[in-house]
Formats: sequence, C-alpha cells, structure tokens
Amino acid sequence: MSTHTEHAESPKAEAVKYAATLFVLLILTAITVGASYINFGSGNIVIALTIATIKASIVGLIFMHLLHDKPVNAIIAVAGFVFLGIFLMFDFLDVDSRTNPQPTNLHTPPAITAPAAGAPATPVPAADQRKE
Amino acid sequence: MEQQFDTSKIGMWLFLVTEVLTFGGLFAGFGLMQNKYPQEFVAAHEELKRWAGSTNTVVLLVSSFTAVMAVLMARTNQGKKCAMYLWATVGFAGIFMCIKAYEYSVDFSEGLFPGKYYSHHGDLIAGSHGYATFFSFYFMMTGLHGLHVLIGMVLMSWLAIRARRGDFSDKYYTPVDLVALFWHLVDMIWIYLFPLYYLIT
Repeated sequence: MSTHTEHAESPKAEAVKYAATLFVLLILTAITVGASYINFGSGNIVIALTIATIKASIVGLIFMHLLHDKPVNAIIAVAGFVFLGIFLMFDFLDVDSRTNPQPTNLHTPPAITAPAAGAPATPVPAADQRKE
Repeated sequence: MEQQFDTSKIGMWLFLVTEVLTFGGLFAGFGLMQNKYPQEFVAAHEELKRWAGSTNTVVLLVSSFTAVMAVLMARTNQGKKCAMYLWATVGFAGIFMCIKAYEYSVDFSEGLFPGKYYSHHGDLIAGSHGYATFFSFYFMMTGLHGLHVLIGMVLMSWLAIRARRGDFSDKYYTPVDLVALFWHLVDMIWIYLFPLYYLIT
C-alpha cells in the first residue's frame, strides 16, 4: 500500500525543489520590500498585494502540496478563497455608498491645540469629519 | 489507511478554510478603516519597525521550508532527521516570537496601545481616532497570528518527540503532514500581514 503515489520524484529531488521554492520566496520578499521604498502612488498597494498573492500561491501549491495532491483539497482551498473574495467584494462595494461608522468606545486622545471658544462640549476631531 | 489519511487531510483543509475566513474578517475590517483614515494609517505604520517585519518574514519562510522538509523526512522513514527539522521549525518560530515581543515592548513604551489606551503623543492629526484604530487592528491581528505561532510550536515539539521515538514512517505520518499544513497557513497569513502593516504607503 502506498500513501504517496503522487510523489514520483526521488526524495533528493524533492528536497532540491523545496530549497528552490524557499529561494524564490525570499527573492519575492526582497522585491516587495524594495518596491515599498519607491513611490508608485496607488500602485504600491497593488504591487504589494500581487506579490503577496504570488507568494501565498507558491506556498499553497508547493509547500502544501496542492499541485500534486488529490484535487478535493485544492477545491476546498479555492472555495474558501472564493467565499472570502465574495465577502470582501460586498464589503468594499459598501464603502463608497455609506456614511462611515464611528467607533463609540474610544476616548478622544488629548488634543494638542485647545478647542476654540464656543466649540461643542464634546469636540469632534476635524479628521473624522473629512468624509461626511 | 490511505483512506484515513485522505479523510484527515480533507478535515484539516476544512479547518484551514475557517482560519482563512476568520482572518479574512479582520483583514476586511482593516481595509475599511484604512479607507476611512488613509492619512492616519500611513502615518501610524511609520511607527512599526520595517526591519523587524522583514526579518520575521524571512524567519517564517525558512521555518516553512524546514516544516516541509520534516514531512519529507517522515515520509521517507528518517525519523531522526524529521525530529531535527521539526525542532528547527520550533526554533525559527521562537525567533519570530522574540522579535515580535521586542516590537510589542517598544510599542508599549511609546504609548502605542490599542483603542482607548492609546497614549502616543506627537501625531500629525491631533485628536483623530485613526491612530488608535490602526493599533487596535495591529495588536488584534498580529496577536491572533502570534497565538497561532505558539500553538504551532507546541504541536511541533510534541511531534518532534514522537518522531524521535520512531512513531512515523511512510505508512503513517498523518500528524506531521497536518501540522505542517497548519504551519504553512500561519506563514501564508503573515505573507499578507507583512505588506499591509509594514509596507503601506
């Protein structure tokens, strides 16, 4: 009985494959740190998340064996991320169509400038009014 | 036996999906608040030490490599090497936690606490809730991630002792495989935490 028919490679070849995978992941980490020092405007977050997704996919496919494993595990994994995607999509559709919720359990941190005379008793920070 | 192995693995993957969704909810909240307080979030992330986050990323990636090597050793009947790789993984996880503890202690000494306990002075936009919100999410997410790292360390120490004893072989290495899967997921979550917290601009 063999529980690992899917592993056709020799153990040594497999170890080399994992080491090469680690090397690629470290290179991608260096790229993502380097790119963060360059200002691409709103492109920075896109680059950072794209590289993160590439890294996560490499970890999933090679280290977590999804590439050579039985497809049912990959289906479960992909389904999880699809549902997360649906969740996030509706979340961010909501962002521009609603007024922002205010956290209610926060004390206003000590303001550096004293509120002007005649200001409301509970000073509403200027920053929180930006979007209204 | 093979069917038992496959079933265990499916169960583990289902658990990992629930983990993804747990952290996904936190990521969604972080994204919403970043959208609300863009200036404060960019300013607040400057307080985090980029070298510490980068080092921790490298440490976790290397620990993922040692974890996958431990599975390979268990599967090829090399129990002692499997135990060695598992202890190495525990060691890297320990380094990760030490760096994280150092970061937390520096944050606390600067008054960078979550929520209403936030007492950092000299922020660009005085009186804004944005900074405190950033650190609430920061401590919640890295704290939950750190808890996963600790759980992984305990599990892998237990497996290392068993591997040394010769419990695992090509016939049976299910626990090593499943804990390694858990460990890779912890690594995967950090892969997203790192750019979102340390590198946003």
